[in-house]
Amino acid sequence: MLRFFQQVGRDTLTTIRGIGEASIMLVQALIGKPQPIKMFPLLIRQLYVVGVQSMLIILISGLFIGMVLALQGYTILVDFGAEQALGPMVALSLLRELGPVVTALLFAGRAGSALTAEIGLMRATEQLSSLEMMAVDPLRRVVAPRFWAGFISMPLLAFMFSAVGIYGGYFVGVQWLGVDDGAFWSVMQASVDWQHDVMNGFIKSLVFAVVVTWIALYKGYTAMPTSPGISAATTQTVVYSSLAVLGLDFVLTALMFG
Amino acid sequence: MEARKIEMLVGVFVTAAIAAIVFLAMQVANNSDATRGETYTLYAKFDNIGGLKVRSPVKVGGVVVGRVTRITLDREYFEPLVEMRISTDFRGFPDTSSVSILTSGLLGEQYVGLEPGFIDEDVFTLEDGDYIYTTNSAIVLENLIGQFLFSQGNE
Repeated sequence: MLRFFQQVGRDTLTTIRGIGEASIMLVQALIGKPQPIKMFPLLIRQLYVVGVQSMLIILISGLFIGMVLALQGYTILVDFGAEQALGPMVALSLLRELGPVVTALLFAGRAGSALTAEIGLMRATEQLSSLEMMAVDPLRRVVAPRFWAGFISMPLLAFMFSAVGIYGGYFVGVQWLGVDDGAFWSVMQASVDWQHDVMNGFIKSLVFAVVVTWIALYKGYTAMPTSPGISAATTQTVVYSSLAVLGLDFVLTALMFG
Repeated sequence: MEARKIEMLVGVFVTAAIAAIVFLAMQVANNSDATRGETYTLYAKFDNIGGLKVRSPVKVGGVVVGRVTRITLDREYFEPLVEMRISTDFRGFPDTSSVSILTSGLLGEQYVGLEPGFIDEDVFTLEDGDYIYTTNSAIVLENLIGQFLFSQGNE
């Protein structure tokens, strides 16, 4: 019995310590005198790795999700003679939910796991220690540019996802299933509000960007410097970020649209 | 990979994102003037336009011939004034034509139905900027129920 309480207590303390360490890591990485000349090339390099290389999977997924939404929505809406409502259905579900959420999930799988593995391997091969030996702060040199790259590229990727998805929905709904072209766009424009729908989706994707990149960096930075350790850290990154994104999405949706 | 190529690809990435934002702003969230091809403008005043929206279709017997481009309130009699752009492929409606606001299906969108009138020697055709005087307003369900109840009460 006592052992049970000891176990619960230890797990709680470990979790709290983890959150605290992660917060300290982020604060130390981001707070300090800005060094734009030194940091900018590093940031560009990371934007390429994190953003550009995730673009293809985001665009293709967005296109297919938009097409599937239109196809599934049409079969139900056509029963009510309301197939014009296909436009707002596709646009609202993409802008409010699927754009930010699916982008974050794909981003965690594509870029988050790569970040964890990269930083974990840097630790395992003692590159981080070497940086410290040279009086270079690895938090500011390695972690900060990766964080900002994730923070910048995720909302941009989410916008692209939604835009491509809406075009995919247009393609299936109008070109294939024969929904009226003007009604598709006009009903969509009538019900999609820039402030309420597009900007709230943008805020969501910013929150997800912070969470996913933060988890990936922390898991990589604190990974056990062994092969199983890095493997476990990579898995944890994907699992924790996905759960955090889905949980936070519920909270944010309840706050924004509830 | 050399730095120049990376910078170029990041530039492409950011440009694509901006294009997506512009697409969302112009085409999805805002109104954009997208009546394509040559058009001419017709006006009609209604008593009540119901749920008619800008960019709703104008149909003749179910065929889309144009779009609603502007909805304003007439300053003199405070009546809704609907501006429609009709494709020049469909010219020469007689000025005895009438327009009504109809609903597609039970829950569908509202559109403008144009009914071509009779043709006679002294009947002119509708040209750019003309008004259509015979109009039927949108049916408002509450008014309909009110009329029904009123007629029931008389019996």
